[in-house]
Amino acid sequence: MENTIAQIQTIPLQYYIIFCSALFSIGVAGVLSKRNAIVIFMSVELMLNSANLLLTAFSAYRNDPAGQIFVFFIMVVAAAEVAIGLGLLVVVYRSTKTIDIDVLNRLKW
Amino acid sequence: MQILPLLLLVLPLIGFLLLGTYQMSIPKSLAGVLASLTVFGNLIISAILFFALASGTSIIKVEIFDWIRFAEMSIPCELVVDRLTALMLLIINGVGLLIHIYSIGYMKTDKGATRFFAYLNLFVFFMHILVLSANYLMLFIGWEGVGLSSYLLIGFWYGNHANNDAAKKAFIINRIGDLGLIMAMILLYTHFQTLNISEIASKASMLESGNPLVLAITICLFIGATGKSAQLPLFTWLPDAMAGPTPVSALIHAATMVTAGIYLIARSSVLFVLSPITLNIILIVGTTTAILAGLIAIFQTDIKKILAYSTVSQLGFMFMAVGMSAFDGAMFHLFTHAFFKALLFLAAGSVIHALSDEQDIRNMGGLKSKIPVTFALFVIGTIAISGIPPFAGFFSKELILGAAFHHSLTMGLLATGVSLLTTLYMFRLLFVVFFKPASVAVQANHHIHESPASMTIPMSVLAILSVIAGFINIPTLFSETQLFQDYLQPVFTQSSQLTEHHLLVKNATEEWLVLILPLVIIFGLVLLSYRRFVNEKPLNTNTGVFKIMADKFYIDELYDLLIVRPISFVSTFFREVVDQKIINEFINGIGNTTLVVSKYLRLIQTGNAGFYLLIMVFSIIALLFFNIIL
Amino acid sequence: MFSIYLFIFLSVVALFSALKVLLSKKPIHSVLYMTLTFFTLAGHYILLNAQFLAVVHVIVYAGAIMVLFLFTMMLLNLNLEGEFSKSTLMKIVAVIAGGLLFLVLIASLKSFDVATVGTPELTQIGLVKNLGTILYKDYLLPFELSSILFLSAMVGAVMLGKKD
Repeated sequence: MENTIAQIQTIPLQYYIIFCSALFSIGVAGVLSKRNAIVIFMSVELMLNSANLLLTAFSAYRNDPAGQIFVFFIMVVAAAEVAIGLGLLVVVYRSTKTIDIDVLNRLKW
Repeated sequence: MQILPLLLLVLPLIGFLLLGTYQMSIPKSLAGVLASLTVFGNLIISAILFFALASGTSIIKVEIFDWIRFAEMSIPCELVVDRLTALMLLIINGVGLLIHIYSIGYMKTDKGATRFFAYLNLFVFFMHILVLSANYLMLFIGWEGVGLSSYLLIGFWYGNHANNDAAKKAFIINRIGDLGLIMAMILLYTHFQTLNISEIASKASMLESGNPLVLAITICLFIGATGKSAQLPLFTWLPDAMAGPTPVSALIHAATMVTAGIYLIARSSVLFVLSPITLNIILIVGTTTAILAGLIAIFQTDIKKILAYSTVSQLGFMFMAVGMSAFDGAMFHLFTHAFFKALLFLAAGSVIHALSDEQDIRNMGGLKSKIPVTFALFVIGTIAISGIPPFAGFFSKELILGAAFHHSLTMGLLATGVSLLTTLYMFRLLFVVFFKPASVAVQANHHIHESPASMTIPMSVLAILSVIAGFINIPTLFSETQLFQDYLQPVFTQSSQLTEHHLLVKNATEEWLVLILPLVIIFGLVLLSYRRFVNEKPLNTNTGVFKIMADKFYIDELYDLLIVRPISFVSTFFREVVDQKIINEFINGIGNTTLVVSKYLRLIQTGNAGFYLLIMVFSIIALLFFNIIL
Repeated sequence: MFSIYLFIFLSVVALFSALKVLLSKKPIHSVLYMTLTFFTLAGHYILLNAQFLAVVHVIVYAGAIMVLFLFTMMLLNLNLEGEFSKSTLMKIVAVIAGGLLFLVLIASLKSFDVATVGTPELTQIGLVKNLGTILYKDYLLPFELSSILFLSAMVGAVMLGKKD
C-alpha cells in the first residue's frame, strides 16, 4: 500500500488535467449532439465527474483535504439533482409523450 | 413673565390645529368663538406685557431651544419682547380680536367658516412669530408664514378662478421681495457672523455712515419690505388681494401683515440710519407710491379697491416717514392707521353685506338712511383717515408732516399733497356711496338691511379707538408729554444717537403752519368734492389724464408686457418646441429604435434548448480562447 | 512505473466507454457504458489514494444514480432507437465544439506551470479515517444540512412523480 501511494506522484498532474479535459469535452459533445434527454443527462453527469476527478487530483497533490470534501458535497448535490431531474423528465414525458428536447421549444418569445 | 411670549404662540397654534383638524365636526358658530377666544387670550397677555414693559422691565427674552448649530453658526429659537414688539402685539391682537368677532357675523352663512377661522388663527400665529423673533431667520419664518396665510385667505373662495389668480399673484410678487430679505440675511450673516437683531444693531453702530456694506444690506431689506408692504415696484398684488373675504382685507391687507415692512425697517433702524442713500431711496419710493396710489384711488369704482389703493398710499406715507428717519412717526401712523383702515374695511364689508355682495360704487348711493349705523361708522373712519382733528389720523399725520417740513419744504408740500389726496378719494367714496341719490339697483333692492350686532359692535369699538387713539401723542405745541413717542423712545435710542442732526427741534410758527395749512385745504376739498360728487354725474374717465389714472397708470399692463409676456413666451417655446419637438422626439426615438431592433432580434430566440447550449459552448470556448491570447 | 501504466489503462478504458455512451444507438447501452466509465473513475480515485471517495463514488453513482436511470428508462419504456436523432450537420458541429473546447483547455494548460503545485509528500488525506475526522469537525454544519437537501429532494421527487 505504502508503495502505491509513493508512486502516485510519479504520474504528472498534467496527465490528470488532460484526461479530465478530454472527458469533459466528450460530455459537451454529447450534450450538443443528442436529442434524447436521458442521454443528455448522462453526458452532464460525465462532465460533473471529470470535474470531480480533477478536484480530487489537485487535492491529493496539494495535500489539502478541502478538495475531497468538496467532491463529497458535489456527489451529494448530484444525487439530489438526478432524483429531481429524472422526476421532471417523467412529468415531461407524461404531458408530451416524448423526451425529445427539440420538441420542447415553448421557451421562445 | 417668561412663559407669556411662548403662550402667545401656543394659543393661536392650538386654535389652528383644533379648527384645522376637526374642520368637519366643529360647528361654525363654535369655530368663530373658539378662534376669538385664542386671540382674546393673546390680547390679555399682550396687555400684561405692554404694561410690564411700560413700568420698568426693559426687555423680555425667552430662549426656547437651540435651533441651528453647526461649525461657527449658532441660531437659537429665541423670542424677544421689547416696546416695539409690545406695541405690535397690541395692534395685532386688538384689531385681530375685533375682526375675529366681526367675522363671526360676516361669515355666518359661509360653508367654509371653520376653515376660515383656522386660517385666521394660522395668520395670527405667524404674525406673532414675525414680531416676537429675536433673529432675522425666525422673523423670516413668520414673514413667509403670513404670506402663506395671506395666500390661503385671498384664495379662500377657491371656486372662483379669479380669486385663485389673485392669490397666486400675491404669493409670487411677495416671493420677489422675499428674495431681497434672503439676500439681506446672507449678507448680514457673512459680515456680522450672527443673525441676532440686537447684536447686529450694536455691531453695526460701530460702522461709519455710508458704508457700502450697510447700503447693500439695507437695499435688500427694503426690497423685502416693498414686497410685503406693497410699495412701488411690487404693489400690484394688494388691490387684487381684495378678492378675499372683507375681514381678511381688514386684518391682513390693511392693519397688520402689510405693515410688516415698516416693522422690519423700524426693527433695523440702526442699519438704515447708517445708510443715507437707502433712506433717500425709501423716501422717493414712498412718496411716489403714495401719490400714485392716491391718484389711482380717486378713479376706482370698486369700494374695496379704493380702500386697497388707499392702504398702498398710506403705507407709502409711512415709508416717507421712515425715509426721513422719523421711525416713531411711521409707527404712530401704523398704529392709528390700523384702527381706522380696519374700521373702513369692516364698514365697507357691512355695506357689501347689506347690498348682497355688491361692490361697485356706481350701483350704490343713498345708503345714508338705509344703514345708518354703518354710515355713522364710515363717516368716523373717513374723518379719521383724512386727518381732521381731533380724530386719530390728524395726530399721526401731523407727526409725519412735521418731520417732512423739517426735512425740506418740498417734502413737506409733497406730504401735504398726499394727505390731501387721501381726503379727496375718501370723501368721494363717502359721498358717492351714502349721499348721492340712490341708484337704480339700490332702489330695486328691498333686502337692504343693517348688519347684525356681532358686526356693528366691533366696528363701534374700532370707531371709538379711531377717535381717541390720537390723544396718546398730542403735538408738542399743546402738550409737554408725548406718551407714544416716549414709550417707543428706548427702541430708537441707538438710531437717533447716530443721527443727531435729524433731531426734531421745532419752532412754533412751523408747527402752526403744519397744522393750519392742510386743514384749510382739506375743508375746501371736502366742500368741493361734496358739490362735485353728490349731485353730478360720475367723473369722465374716457379721455385724457383721468383715463390714465382710472387705468391705474397701466402698471399692471406694463408688468404684463415686460415680465409676464416674455416669460410666458419662453415657457411656450420650451413647451412647444424644446419639450415636444426635441426631448419628446428623442425619447420616442429611443423607444422606437428598441422596438424595431428587437422585432428582428427576438427571432434569435428559437426556444430550442440544444441551440442555446451550442451558443453557450461556443461562447465559453471564445472566452477561454481570449483568455489564452491575452 | 506500475502506476503510470495503470493510469493509462484506466484512462483509455474510461475515454472509450465515454465515447460509447454517445455512440450507442440504444439508450440502455449508453447507461451500461456509463456504468463502466464510473467504475474506471473509481479506479482513478483509488490510484489517488482517495479511498473514501472511491467507495462513495461507486455507491452513489454506480449504485444509485445509474440504477435510477435504468429504472426511469424501463418504467417509461424509453429504450427506443433511431426514432429521433440530430441532423448530421448538428452532430459535426457538436464534435467540432467538443474538440475545440478540448484544444482550448489543453492550450490554456501551457500558459501556467502546474509542476510547481505538486508536493512529493505521501498523502493520507483521502483515507476514510482522516476525511471523516475533517468532515465531522470542520464541515459538520454543511454535512448535516445536506441531509435537509436530500429530504427536500425526496419530497420534490415524490411530488413530481405522483399522479396529479
